[in-house]
Amino acid sequence: MTASIAQHGPVATKGAGPSATSASSAIARHRKELGTFAVTVPFFAYTACFLLAPTVIVVVGAFQTRDGGFTLANFSKLFEANTVSAFVTSIIVSIASSLIGAVVGGLASYALVIGSKPNGLLRRMVSAISSVLAQFGGVMLAFAFIATIGINGIGTMLIKQVTGLTVNPNWLSSLPGLVTVYCYFQIPLMIIIFLPAVDSIRPQWREACESLGGNTFQYWTRIACPILAPRFISAFLLLFASAFSAYATAAALFSQRSILVPLMIQGAMRNEMDPNQQGFAQVLAFAMIVVVAIVMLLSHAVEKRAGRWQ
Amino acid sequence: MSLAQQNNVTAGEQAEHEFKNDPTATLEGVRGKDVTKAAKALLKDSATRGGGIRMQDVVKIYPGSSVRALDDFNLDIKPGEMVVLLGGSGCGKSTALRSLAGLEDIQGGRILVGGQDVTGVPVNKRGMSMVFQAYSLFPHMTAVENVEFGLEVRGVGREERRRIAMEQLELVGLADQANKFTQQMSGGQQQRVALARALAIKPRVLLLDEPLSALDAKVRVQLRDQIRRIQLTTGTTTVFVTHDQEEALAVADRIGVMNHGRIEQIAAPQDLYQRPATEYVATFIGLTNRLPGASDGEEAVVFGQRVPLLPGSKRGDPVAVLVRPENIALARAGETANAAGEHARVEVIHFLGAVARVDCEISSGEYQHWNKGEQLKVTVQLPAGELPAGLAPGDEVVVTPRPVAALAC
Amino acid sequence: MNTTTETTDTQAAAAAPNRPPQLRAARVRRQGVIKFVILFVTLAFLFVPLVSMLVFTLRHPLSGRWSLAPWIAIFTGNGESLGADLTVLWQGLGASLALCAVTVVLMLLLMVPTMVIVHIRSKALERAIEWVATLPLTIPAIVLVVGLGPIYRWLSSAVFDTNPIWLCFAYVVLVMPFAFRAIAVGLNSIDVKTLVEASRSLGASWPKVFFRVIIPNLWQSILSASFISIAVVLGEYTVASLLGRMNLQVALYQLGQSNSQISTAMSLLALLFGVVLLVALDLISEHIGRSRTGETKEGK
Repeated sequence: MTASIAQHGPVATKGAGPSATSASSAIARHRKELGTFAVTVPFFAYTACFLLAPTVIVVVGAFQTRDGGFTLANFSKLFEANTVSAFVTSIIVSIASSLIGAVVGGLASYALVIGSKPNGLLRRMVSAISSVLAQFGGVMLAFAFIATIGINGIGTMLIKQVTGLTVNPNWLSSLPGLVTVYCYFQIPLMIIIFLPAVDSIRPQWREACESLGGNTFQYWTRIACPILAPRFISAFLLLFASAFSAYATAAALFSQRSILVPLMIQGAMRNEMDPNQQGFAQVLAFAMIVVVAIVMLLSHAVEKRAGRWQ
Repeated sequence: MSLAQQNNVTAGEQAEHEFKNDPTATLEGVRGKDVTKAAKALLKDSATRGGGIRMQDVVKIYPGSSVRALDDFNLDIKPGEMVVLLGGSGCGKSTALRSLAGLEDIQGGRILVGGQDVTGVPVNKRGMSMVFQAYSLFPHMTAVENVEFGLEVRGVGREERRRIAMEQLELVGLADQANKFTQQMSGGQQQRVALARALAIKPRVLLLDEPLSALDAKVRVQLRDQIRRIQLTTGTTTVFVTHDQEEALAVADRIGVMNHGRIEQIAAPQDLYQRPATEYVATFIGLTNRLPGASDGEEAVVFGQRVPLLPGSKRGDPVAVLVRPENIALARAGETANAAGEHARVEVIHFLGAVARVDCEISSGEYQHWNKGEQLKVTVQLPAGELPAGLAPGDEVVVTPRPVAALAC
Repeated sequence: MNTTTETTDTQAAAAAPNRPPQLRAARVRRQGVIKFVILFVTLAFLFVPLVSMLVFTLRHPLSGRWSLAPWIAIFTGNGESLGADLTVLWQGLGASLALCAVTVVLMLLLMVPTMVIVHIRSKALERAIEWVATLPLTIPAIVLVVGLGPIYRWLSSAVFDTNPIWLCFAYVVLVMPFAFRAIAVGLNSIDVKTLVEASRSLGASWPKVFFRVIIPNLWQSILSASFISIAVVLGEYTVASLLGRMNLQVALYQLGQSNSQISTAMSLLALLFGVVLLVALDLISEHIGRSRTGETKEGK
């Protein structure tokens, strides 16, 4: 009773307000909107200069001749054998390292959550280490693996002493080697991304499943996996994008060979004055944007599909 | 409420009774020949579906704890009966339910369902189904897919299980929401889907673990009545756990009041209220006044008034006599013919619609030791019409216990 | 059946002659084994390279002699004993630390006021900012560099010089997605709108509302945005190396060509610094969380 009476008061005054001062309030509202927009000007101006402008330069450059005319000719280089093979290698390395990273990281997230306190020490420790290691790409990561399994690496020497086998000194720059190195930041990245997803699995689901007669296999195939699948796939796609765009690690491992797309871009940038290389860096960069954008759109679509019930 | 509840017998017994003695009696609003059919159906159903439960000397100790969450816990439930386990938090009521379901190991004792020992049987083979407090519906399935799940894992064919699931949704009044994802539903609807899902597998025992505590007051009342109605029609043996005494009183055939991992008293709701066996039960259910009196085990004298005592009462002087607010008479000072009674001063008057509750403070200082050195307080409840005209805070009154059986302890 | 004679569990023996089967406990044990194996393998993979790095810095790769020389070189700032010139390293470290500070300040100035006001005033603009701020995830740094090249060539000749500090403009873009998420989490966890309305109705001016009400409530997310930005800037190699400027990672790379032990030791130090930052963040947020809940408990 009292609640309904109390609610009527403000409504009545509100109704009277706008009719009396509608003209001035419209102006005030307009001014307020302008004010809000004005506050965002620095942000948008900044991103226009340092995010939009570089992107536009890449896209325009990809379609530009030496003297500024429009051309599609630059793209012909994209289909040369070594460019194609760089893309294939990049994609294979990215898929392989993301798959391993997603599976191992996913299992680790599960192991961290299951049967533990939500704020347990082990879990907090592992997630803090993971957030550091997920950022641990680049030169430092290359050093870590050179120290482990490089020519003079500790692992290399141990293996030699224990088993007498010599590790191929070029193993690190082989495909499996590169995948292993990439996994080093993919697994922690997966743990960070996927922990919240595993957290959202409620113990009641398992108990409900069991009390309805379901066994462990049915729980996993009918309940847990379908619920986790969308977030697992979108995490995998994010991992793919992160591996595909990684430059620093590969650059520190191979100083000369351009077996991955980012390394090829580096080469093209160094040779920009060469007339044969006109627009090549931009074309490669443009192609990378396209690949990553497709991956991101896919990930978005997967999340949206899951959004039906989330 | 239902017949079964009024007469303090189980639904199964009720049906049997009606059927044998008086085929024309009323059963759930049906008359004449129909009742014979209804009672027969009820009997058959409860015989095939409702298993009796016996929990014998069950001990539960959680890992890493030395406390017995269940301490030689004993419980017998007849087929088709609805028993409510009632108690405060940490009394072991949920533990008892989860042990019965097989969701917790027990460290001693045994559990029988329908005469069969299920102590070592895993959860998914016990044929019981559970409704949880909240969040137990599978979010990636629609309402009807949720209800189908139990049938699906049992290998029931697609069409058959869809038909049964729709029947169950119909029963809980959600047939039109069948294809919605459960997260789009209200809390009350979600719990009804959970109920339909639990019933779809035709469980031997239905377990309800505080199914209403996450809901709004209004929905809670609606849903608890619906649960009781459905339980009576299906005749499923049901164990319902709650901390809400009103809920318990409304739905139970019998209520077991739990404390420290044991059942203090198990009885029909009315018995529990009128004839509590222990102080804990008396104070847990309903309001009660703790008044000083002299007891010989049969009778006590409270405020100069003789009050008969319940079995199990203590003898001595003084003892605490537990008197319900409605079992105390109130009159203006000087207007009562009765010589017994104590003078008191009105503190607050609460009008609660049909009844009024009056908080009084006893004027005499001789009972101070009963209330930590403060004046003894007495709460009186009486029909609003019997309230002395113009009674106001500060008025002098006389309060007298009525000669209704009470517990002394 | 004869468990009573075998078991030493007095509790169970006292409770009943036949201990009921402990199905759930058996499952918990099974899960424990699986859990241990998974975590052991994962953590082993993550720790082996780190341990190797440490051993690598202590044991000379060719002679096999054990010494603390690389660490001494770093902490004394004198690499002569190992025949290494550390000036590059100090230059790079100085540049990176300065970049951290400038990037964090610039990022906070750019993001916090905008995000707060947009959060209160306009859902549409908030979505636009989210889209722009997370865009760098879709545009890899290596791609950005291709476009930034001409811009920086023009900037360094017309406006600034080739000092590495100007990399901060590119770095703000790189840290934007992480910073945005950290601040957005904070904004969504408090009811900014009500806070602002309450303090405005109490007569506080806008600057007062911002600095006395909103910032203290966002403190934790601002800290986390700053820490993650520092971590990103310290580890950045792509932009600096391709734009030809010096920072810590470029210095490490160059030093690595001549003395890999010192650069490995320095990498370990940088990593350790990162762990310390993150652990500090964890502890600080737990402390804030605890003191907040403590307050509400007292309030009740």
